[in-house]
Amino acid sequence: MNNPYLAIFCLFLFALLLGVGFVIISHFIGQKRPSTAKMMPYECGIDPLGAPRAEFSVKFFLVAMIFIVFDVEVAFLFPWAVLFKGFMKAGLGGFVFAEMMIFMGILLMGLIYVYGKKALKWE
Amino acid sequence: MDILIFILKIVIPPVLVLNFIPLMIWFERKGSAYIQERRGPNRAHILGIRLGGIIHNFADVIKLITKEDIIPANVNRLYFIGAPLIAIFVGIVTIAVVPLADSVQIGEKLVHIQVADLNVGILYVFAISSLGVYSVLLAGWSSNNKYSLLGGLRAASQMVSYELALGLTVVGLFMLAESASVSEIVRHQGPHVLHWNFVQQPLAFIIFWIAVFAETNRTPFDLPEGESEIVAGYHTEYSSMKFALFFMAEYAHMVVAAALITALFFGGWQVPFLTTLDLKTQAPFYLYVTVLTVSFIALFFGLLLLSQFKKGKYRDARDYEVLVFGIPLFLLALAGGGSAIFTGPWALPEWGRVLFAALVQATSFGIKMTFFAFFFIWIRWTLPRFRYDQVMNFGWKGMLPLALLNIVVTGVVLLWKGNHHG
Amino acid sequence: MGDPIFFYLFATIVIGGAIGVVFLSNPLSSALSLIFSLAGLAGLFVLLQAHFLAAIQVLVYAGAVMVLFIFVIMMLNLEDCKKHLKVSFASLIGFVIALNLAIVLVMHVSAPLFDDGVSDKTFGTIEGVGQLMLTRYLIPFEIVSLLLTIAIVGAVILAKKDNPKETT
Repeated sequence: MNNPYLAIFCLFLFALLLGVGFVIISHFIGQKRPSTAKMMPYECGIDPLGAPRAEFSVKFFLVAMIFIVFDVEVAFLFPWAVLFKGFMKAGLGGFVFAEMMIFMGILLMGLIYVYGKKALKWE
Repeated sequence: MDILIFILKIVIPPVLVLNFIPLMIWFERKGSAYIQERRGPNRAHILGIRLGGIIHNFADVIKLITKEDIIPANVNRLYFIGAPLIAIFVGIVTIAVVPLADSVQIGEKLVHIQVADLNVGILYVFAISSLGVYSVLLAGWSSNNKYSLLGGLRAASQMVSYELALGLTVVGLFMLAESASVSEIVRHQGPHVLHWNFVQQPLAFIIFWIAVFAETNRTPFDLPEGESEIVAGYHTEYSSMKFALFFMAEYAHMVVAAALITALFFGGWQVPFLTTLDLKTQAPFYLYVTVLTVSFIALFFGLLLLSQFKKGKYRDARDYEVLVFGIPLFLLALAGGGSAIFTGPWALPEWGRVLFAALVQATSFGIKMTFFAFFFIWIRWTLPRFRYDQVMNFGWKGMLPLALLNIVVTGVVLLWKGNHHG
Repeated sequence: MGDPIFFYLFATIVIGGAIGVVFLSNPLSSALSLIFSLAGLAGLFVLLQAHFLAAIQVLVYAGAVMVLFIFVIMMLNLEDCKKHLKVSFASLIGFVIALNLAIVLVMHVSAPLFDDGVSDKTFGTIEGVGQLMLTRYLIPFEIVSLLLTIAIVGAVILAKKDNPKETT
């Protein structure tokens, strides 16, 4: 009872049941009158043209890759931030700050490289 | 008793979020009507009672739940049904770590007024909301529709781009509060308004605020569902309750976002200038003041409503709506105000003081949160939509470097302060 | 939450997800079962009181890395691939390497497996990780930034190479 993660676990179940419940209720209450036209993909009233899963720009892919890199950086920043004042009290504030500045500085060069190559430029 | 508290803790916060959704929809409709000078919902009524249009939401629910649930041919059924479930799941469970009031001592136990006081706090919110990307990606992909796929991709790219800025802004808060727990960040801010994080971390606050607009796919970042370009984006093919789940999830996200802004930057449940101890010890006085103020406001609105009465305006039960609300409001105001004036400040037992303090704090939280929730709607009906290249460039070239700068500045200031005062 | 039932629940999710990755024929389904597997692993971290690791596990792996996987699957528009169980030279080598890895893992892991876990209270918490990262593992931590920068450069070069026509 006292473990907060048990509460979180129960909340997960609650949220899942709620969503599933809604879908099931509407499935039974809603009417069902399927027709061919209704089942077609929506394309503003005309018959669908071309493949629905067309290829898309490599930019999306690049965004995802660069996102991972910076997400990892953020993950490293969290423990540093929480401990920063603690290290300051121990007199190591400047040292720890410098550590993170080097870390962020190197990654910043990566970011500048991305800007320089115009890799994230959308047109 | 333990079990009861446990169940209440799990059920109350998500139910509050769910109940806030119709209110948000009402805000949206009435707000857009007032901002753009047109009519909001004013017809739907139950026995003449319209509640200013809130009753319209009941009609909506009945409509959505009885609509035909179309699953188009060639969709991947499992993912098509799963996507809205992920959306609503993420919308509901993220409220778990936001405290609604200060922890309360019940008997021997310290009860936190939130689902769970996790020590990773805000990281839990980020972790769960990062899974929200899959709901739009899966909805877009499984729908077998170009617009859906494009909408899903746009939404996913936009969400991940702004998630970085969101993650970086809270780093500054962690440095100040020395903790990642939301309750700890709220407690650290204290009751003094100038110590709240929107003053201490103004840049972080603005970046966070903008980023949650992008995360919730709201105007000016609502390109994933820009109807002039890609119909309705990733939920083009959805109908009935599955559409409603996406719709509800969007509002639930806004509510949670407003709750997070309040907790992280505006002191959460903190009442300006009053600590929990103040509220408890001075409870009789503050209760007296509260009752008088509320009575006065009720009197004002009661009289306002009564003055609106005009027989034959609609020629049906709706004529009497103002009386149905006006008379009880007026009488309650008189009774409450009168009894407060004549019987004076009441002595309160210990549990009464505790309850009063918690209620005042929860109200303080609610007022701030409602304001930020309303702000989403205010912005939506005021600003036009960005272009997609603008969104991405702004995220990567504006928000990300600024968020990094904020961390550096926070570190330098802390070090400087440490050297000069410590 | 020390109940072993949760351990078995999460362990089932992890292993079930992993099996799904290998045996599901739709690449997207495989990717999604990998997400389940990773989420189950986060659950195991919670049982170990390593709350920070659990959050980061979901944030970085389930929430970021897998988004990339799914982007790639969607971009290549992979159809269901038939599993052909033809024994080739490559699959044989793969099997031997996997077996080797399995033996090494079992030999090193089985000893503390049924130990009651971690003695250090700060294991996997935000303080514990930060303390180690900023003191004992300082050099690896700084090198990670170089690694990540190289990853950025690699990603940009790969993405640019695909589109030589692109002017900007």
